[in-house]
Amino acid sequence: MSRALVLLAVLAVLLAALPAVAGPYALSVATLILYFAYTGQAWNVMMGFAGQLSLGHSLYVGVGAYVAGGIFFHWGIGPWAGVWLAILACVVFGLVIGFLAFRFGISGVYFALLTIAFAEFTRIGFDHLGWTGGPGGMFLKVAQRDTWDVLNFRGPPLMYYYAMLFLAIAAFIGCFLLLKSKAGYYWQAIRENEEAAQALGINTFRWKMLAVVISSAMTAVAGVFFAFYYNNLFPEQIFHISRSIEIILGPIIGGVGTLFGPILGAAVLTLLSDGITELLAAFGWEIPGIKQVFYGVVLLAVVMFLPHGIWPALARKLRL
Amino acid sequence: MILEVKNVSKSFRGLRAVKDASFELSDGEINGLIGPNGAGKTTIFNMIAGVYAPDTGSIVFEGKRIDGLRPDQVCNAGIGRTFQIVKPFAGLSVLDNVMVGAFLKERTASAARAQSVSILKKLNLEAKTNLPASSLTLPDRKRLEVARALATRPRLLLLDEVMAGLRPTETDQMVQVFRDINRAEGLTILLIEHVMRAVMALARHIGVLHHGEVIARGTPEEIVRHKAVLDCYLGEETEL
Amino acid sequence: MSADLVANVVIAGVLTGLVYGLMALGLSVIFGVVRVVNFAHGEMMTIAMYATTILFAALKLDPFLAAVPVAAAFFVFGYGLQKALINPFITRPEHSQFMLLVAVAIIMVNGLLMAFGPDARNVQVDYQLESFEIGKLLIDKARLYAAGAAVLTATALFAFFRFTLTGKAIRACADNYLGAKVVGLDVKHLYALTFGLGAICVAVAGCAMVVLVDVTPGLGPYYTLLAFVIVIVGGLGSMGGALLGGVLIGVSEALAGLFIVPSAKSMFSFGLLILVLLLRPQGLLGRKA
Repeated sequence: MSRALVLLAVLAVLLAALPAVAGPYALSVATLILYFAYTGQAWNVMMGFAGQLSLGHSLYVGVGAYVAGGIFFHWGIGPWAGVWLAILACVVFGLVIGFLAFRFGISGVYFALLTIAFAEFTRIGFDHLGWTGGPGGMFLKVAQRDTWDVLNFRGPPLMYYYAMLFLAIAAFIGCFLLLKSKAGYYWQAIRENEEAAQALGINTFRWKMLAVVISSAMTAVAGVFFAFYYNNLFPEQIFHISRSIEIILGPIIGGVGTLFGPILGAAVLTLLSDGITELLAAFGWEIPGIKQVFYGVVLLAVVMFLPHGIWPALARKLRL
Repeated sequence: MILEVKNVSKSFRGLRAVKDASFELSDGEINGLIGPNGAGKTTIFNMIAGVYAPDTGSIVFEGKRIDGLRPDQVCNAGIGRTFQIVKPFAGLSVLDNVMVGAFLKERTASAARAQSVSILKKLNLEAKTNLPASSLTLPDRKRLEVARALATRPRLLLLDEVMAGLRPTETDQMVQVFRDINRAEGLTILLIEHVMRAVMALARHIGVLHHGEVIARGTPEEIVRHKAVLDCYLGEETEL
Repeated sequence: MSADLVANVVIAGVLTGLVYGLMALGLSVIFGVVRVVNFAHGEMMTIAMYATTILFAALKLDPFLAAVPVAAAFFVFGYGLQKALINPFITRPEHSQFMLLVAVAIIMVNGLLMAFGPDARNVQVDYQLESFEIGKLLIDKARLYAAGAAVLTATALFAFFRFTLTGKAIRACADNYLGAKVVGLDVKHLYALTFGLGAICVAVAGCAMVVLVDVTPGLGPYYTLLAFVIVIVGGLGSMGGALLGGVLIGVSEALAGLFIVPSAKSMFSFGLLILVLLLRPQGLLGRKA
C-alpha cells in the first residue's frame, strides 16, 4: 500500500503544479474531474465500503447546495458557516433514509429505488419551494473574479481548482485511514456477510448508519462547492437522476470499493468524453446528447468486460 | 454454571421445534448436544446466540439473562459461535477475516493483527494468512470460522456441526485443537455434532434432544447405554 | 368542484392507469421471472412512442394499428437483448446487472435525444378530440381505446401464462431457476422469451400512450420510475397487481393534479413508493418473498 501512497503523492504534486501549464479551459475540466473524484469517493463510502447501492446521491448535492446557497442568498451568511448547516441537513436526510431502509430491512434493488424516490420527491418539492426560487432557480451573485475572497468563497477559477484539489486529496486520505481502521474492517465484513458480522459482535445497523452519515456529509460539502462555483441552482438539474448517475460513473468505471477508483474513473470518463466532443465539434458535429451516449457506452463496456473497474486490473499491471 | 437454559420452548408457525428444554453448562467444560436431524439442536443454538428469542423460558449466561438479545449483543456478552454452513468473508484475506473478530476486544489495528496472527497459529492456518478466504478448502474454512469466533475472546464457544464433511484425520486434528484451547484457556465449549467420534472424544457431558425435548443427559458412557437414546438415535452398534 | 368533474377525472385516471398498468405488467413479468431490474423499461416505452410517431408521420398509420409491427419488432429486440447482453449476467452480483441496464438506458435516452432533438412530438388523430357521453360523464375516445388496447394485451398475456405449455414453463423458471434447469427447460431461451413478452407490453403501452401525451426523450427515466412504483405498490409477480397498481397511480395522479398543484402529482407516487417499501414490501397483491 505504501507504493500507492507514493503514487498519490506524485499525483498530488503534479495536480498542484497543473495550473502553471494549463489554460483556463483545461483548468475547468480538471476542476470537474476533481469534483467527480470527490463525490465518487463520498459515494464509495456507502457502496464500496458498506455495500449499499445509492442511486439518489444527487439529493445530498442538492440539499447541501441549496442550504448553503440559500442562507448566502437571503442573509449573506458565507459558506464557511453555511457548510455546517448544509452537512447537518444532509446528515438528517441520510439518517432518515438509512433508518427507514435498515430498520425495515430494505436492501439491494429496493434500497436503490428508495434512494431514487427520495431524490425525486425532493426535486419536485424544491420545484415548489419559494424560498429557494422554485423552478426558476436561485442565483447567487457572482462577485469579482480577480481577487481571492476565501471567506465568501469567491474568486478566480484557480481558487476553486485548489479548493477541489484539497477536498479530493482530503477525501482520499480520509477514506484510506477509514479503510485501515476498525470501521473499514467492520464495513467490509458487513458487505461480505452481514449475518457472520453480527455473530462477531458487530451492530450492523449502527455501522451502516455511520457509512450513510459520512457519505451524506461528504457529499453535502460537494453541494456547497457546487453552489458557489456555478452560482445558479435549479431543482430540475441538481436533483435530477442524471446527476446521481454521473456521481456513480467514476467509481463504477474506476473500481467500486477501491481508493483510486473514483479518481481514475472520473479522469477517464471526463477526459475521453470531452475529447470526443471536441473532436466531433472540430468536424462541425454539435450533437446534444452525444456525450451522454458516450458515457453509456463506456459504462456498458466496463460493466461487461471489467466488472471490477479499471483500477484493479491497472494496479495488477503496475504491481501495486 | 456458566450457562443455564431453563424450560425453553420455541414454535415456528405451529410446529414445535423445542419443547421445555433445560440444561446447564459448567464453567470450563466441553459439552455436547446430539440427536437426530430435526430434533431442535440448531434451534436451541440459535436461541442462545440471539438469532431468535425463545417463546417461553429463559437463558442465563454468567448470571445475566441473554434470551432476546441480538446476535451482536450476545457476542459482546462473551459468547462466540460458528455456523453450520460456513460464512467466511470471501473477499477478505484469512488474516483480515480473523481481524474482524479481533476488533471486538482490541482497540488498534496492530493489536488486532497481533492477536489474529497468534490465533491463526493455534489453528494451523499460519501458512494461509494472506490468501483470500474464498480460496480455502472446506476443512480450512471451518478452522477459519473457529479462529474468527475465537478472536472475539469468548468465554463460551458454540460450535455448530463443525466436524461435518471432515475426514477422520481432519476430525482428530480439530478435536486436538479444541482440547488444547479448552485446557489452556478454560474456554467452555458446547458442540452440536453428528460425528460421534468427536463428541465422545471431547465432551464431558452430553445432552440428547429428540423432537425438541431433552431425553437424556449425562456422561458419554451413560449416554451410550441409555435406552431412549439408543432407540431414537444411536442404535445398538455404537462404540466409544 | 362538482361531482361530475371529479368523476370524469377519476375515469380518465382509471383509463390512463390501465395503460400504465400494461407498461408495469411488462416490468413485472421481466423482474418477476428473470429477476433483472430493467432500468431501461421507461426508455423502451419512449422508443415505442417515437416509433409510432414516425410510422404515423410516414405512413399515416393509426397508432393502435402501428402497435402490431412495433410490438413484433420489440419482441425481437427484447429477446435479443436478453440473450446477447443480459443472460451472461444472471450469475453476476445484483448491482452489476443494474448498472448494465442503466448503461443501456443512458444510451437509449440520449440516442433518442440525438436522433429526435429535445422538442416534443406527438400524433394527431381525429378521435383524440372526441369523447363518448354517458349521462353527465365524458369519456375520451382516445383514452378508452388506449385502455382497451392495454386490457386486451394484458388478457392475452395472462392467457398465455395460464393456458400454454410455454407459459407454464416460464412460470416454473420464475419459481425455481435450478429446478427448471434440472427438468430440462432451456432456461436461457425462456428468459429471452420472457423479456420479449415484456417488451411487447411496453410496445403496446407506448403506442397507446402517445395518443394521450406528447413524447420527449426525458420521459424515459420518468416512466421507468413509474413502472417500478406501480410494480412495487401492486406487488411483484402479480399480474393483476400491476394493473391494479397502474390504475391506482393513474387515479391518484389525476386527483392530485385536480386538487393539488399538477406538477406535484408525481410526488404522490414517490411518497406512495416509500410507504409501500416500508410497510408492505410485497405490495398489495404480491406474495411475501
